[in-house]
Amino acid sequence: MSLDLSDVTLTYPDGDDRLTALDHVTLHVPRGTLTAVAGPSGSGKSSLLAVAATLVTPDAGTVSVDGVTTTGLSRAELTGLRRRTIGIVFQQPHLLPSLTALEQLQLMASIDGRSPAGARGRALELLAAVGLADRAGRRPHQLSGGQRQRVGIARALMNEPTLLLVDEPTSALDHERGAAVVDLITRLTRERGTATVLVTHDRTHLRAADRIVEVDDGRLGDPPSGSGTSVGYRPQGGVTATMSG
Amino acid sequence: MFVAWRDLRFAKGRFALMGAVITLITLLVGLLSALSAGLARQNISAITGLPADRIAFAAPGPGRSPSYGDSTVTARQWRRWAEVPGVTRAEPLGITSTKATAGDRSAPVSAFGVRAGSRLAPDGGAIHDRTAVLSAAAAAGLGGLAPGDTFALAGRRLTVAAVAGDASFSHTPVIWTALSTWASVAPPGAAGTAAGPDAGATATVIALDTTAGADVAAADRAIGTRTVTKDGSLSAIGSYASENGSLQLMRGFLFAISALVVGAFFTVWTIQRAGDIAVLKALGASTAHLLKDALGQAAALLVVGTLLGTGIAAALGALVVPDTVPFLLTPATVLAPAAVMILLGALGAALSVRRITSVDPLTALGSAR
Repeated sequence: MSLDLSDVTLTYPDGDDRLTALDHVTLHVPRGTLTAVAGPSGSGKSSLLAVAATLVTPDAGTVSVDGVTTTGLSRAELTGLRRRTIGIVFQQPHLLPSLTALEQLQLMASIDGRSPAGARGRALELLAAVGLADRAGRRPHQLSGGQRQRVGIARALMNEPTLLLVDEPTSALDHERGAAVVDLITRLTRERGTATVLVTHDRTHLRAADRIVEVDDGRLGDPPSGSGTSVGYRPQGGVTATMSG
Repeated sequence: MFVAWRDLRFAKGRFALMGAVITLITLLVGLLSALSAGLARQNISAITGLPADRIAFAAPGPGRSPSYGDSTVTARQWRRWAEVPGVTRAEPLGITSTKATAGDRSAPVSAFGVRAGSRLAPDGGAIHDRTAVLSAAAAAGLGGLAPGDTFALAGRRLTVAAVAGDASFSHTPVIWTALSTWASVAPPGAAGTAAGPDAGATATVIALDTTAGADVAAADRAIGTRTVTKDGSLSAIGSYASENGSLQLMRGFLFAISALVVGAFFTVWTIQRAGDIAVLKALGASTAHLLKDALGQAAALLVVGTLLGTGIAAALGALVVPDTVPFLLTPATVLAPAAVMILLGALGAALSVRRITSVDPLTALGSAR
């Protein structure tokens, strides 16, 4: 098991009151599977991702990543856990403008205290895996939107994470490129054995998921009927998932 | 420094502009420092070069500070100082500004009167009633006088016993004379009017060599003097205090401006990079790693800009500035300001990049960051 949210509640201050972003959420995501999180805007999808990414500490409940319970860890320890265990693909690629595609990946080795030069081989292998072997020397402004997003995916995998968190990766892409990116994430999840959580508002991408969970008003529930996707999890993924709330 | 170096190359226009500003400020500080040091040398080298550790002035009036221009000490006072326990040597020193003439050349000089054989003057053993030791600048200013040549000091004819040292005082070269010669060329107020066996035997100050056991304060009270350290006595040179104060104020402002400019640049740069910093933090970069990267970038820019400015200042001083301008190029005048520039610039950068610590990685999630 790589991600384990257990009875997690998260609230934000909202004037004199508190807004409940996640309401007693329980979610288990095993390695090698892709769990899609769908839901309307403001439903709590991003809050779920932020909690899983250890960027926000929940008010209640426990979060466990790769067997490590994050409750009580210091900020530095959480940063280290994120660096070594969690890969994040952002809604926008958020690539650094001064770095080439290859360097965007080598950067991950640098922030982990390893030699960027020593990580060159893995970076090139990952760029090849996302189909950008011939774009290694290009900077973000020299790449298309889809290519930038693929560099972002490769960057997220650079430190061999066990948990891959993907935040609406197709929102800035047309349908064809969006589908290609989701297919890529699905393939990499299988190949590299990551526990992948894909937040998306585009229901056409849900068919790639092993498991689909619907977030509504901070609670997890079954996906709506007629979504064109299977409910629950696919047998071939071997997924165990629990929804509550 | 992985990102820092690449940012420097990628945004080279912005960093070149900032580097040019640092270079120009360093150039200005370097030139000002060398000029300040040159002017200071012209003002104080005769005092700083004295083989003494303290200077005793005539006690000034209440609320007043000692002054080389106002002080007059008597032979009785320097004899009493010589007997104070812990004082190994007490030498009278007369100082006055006057004019020296040799042929058709004349020059303003400072006449320093010492006892015959005094260690205060270079070649002090050669100084008698009718001889004098000239500093190199004094000899040159009088047409290149050499030992054996004669000249007039305030109308009194003297023979050059030796040309030695480069002492100057209050922007005029020093001529070392006998105390009696000094007394004859100094204004009546400066030379005093002591009566009895000490008649005419006065000086401006007493140069002291002391040990740790000397009770200077008690001796001052008993003898009627005010004693300060040799370095502390420099503020008693009126022209030095005002001139050096103004130049140091200008230099201080330049240092402050430099720190502010560097700080402002890196503040804007850090704000512009806030989104990237949030992403890096979300990806697992520690705050220490990001601070090290940002400060390394600032240090690289400061070092390159400062070295360029210092190099240009040194080259200008060595090749362009005419000999008539007092311009002193030494490691202290060239490298010390550069080090201060780097330190203060780094401080300004550190204060500005500290906002890295407050960037929330959570802002990297979502479409608007």
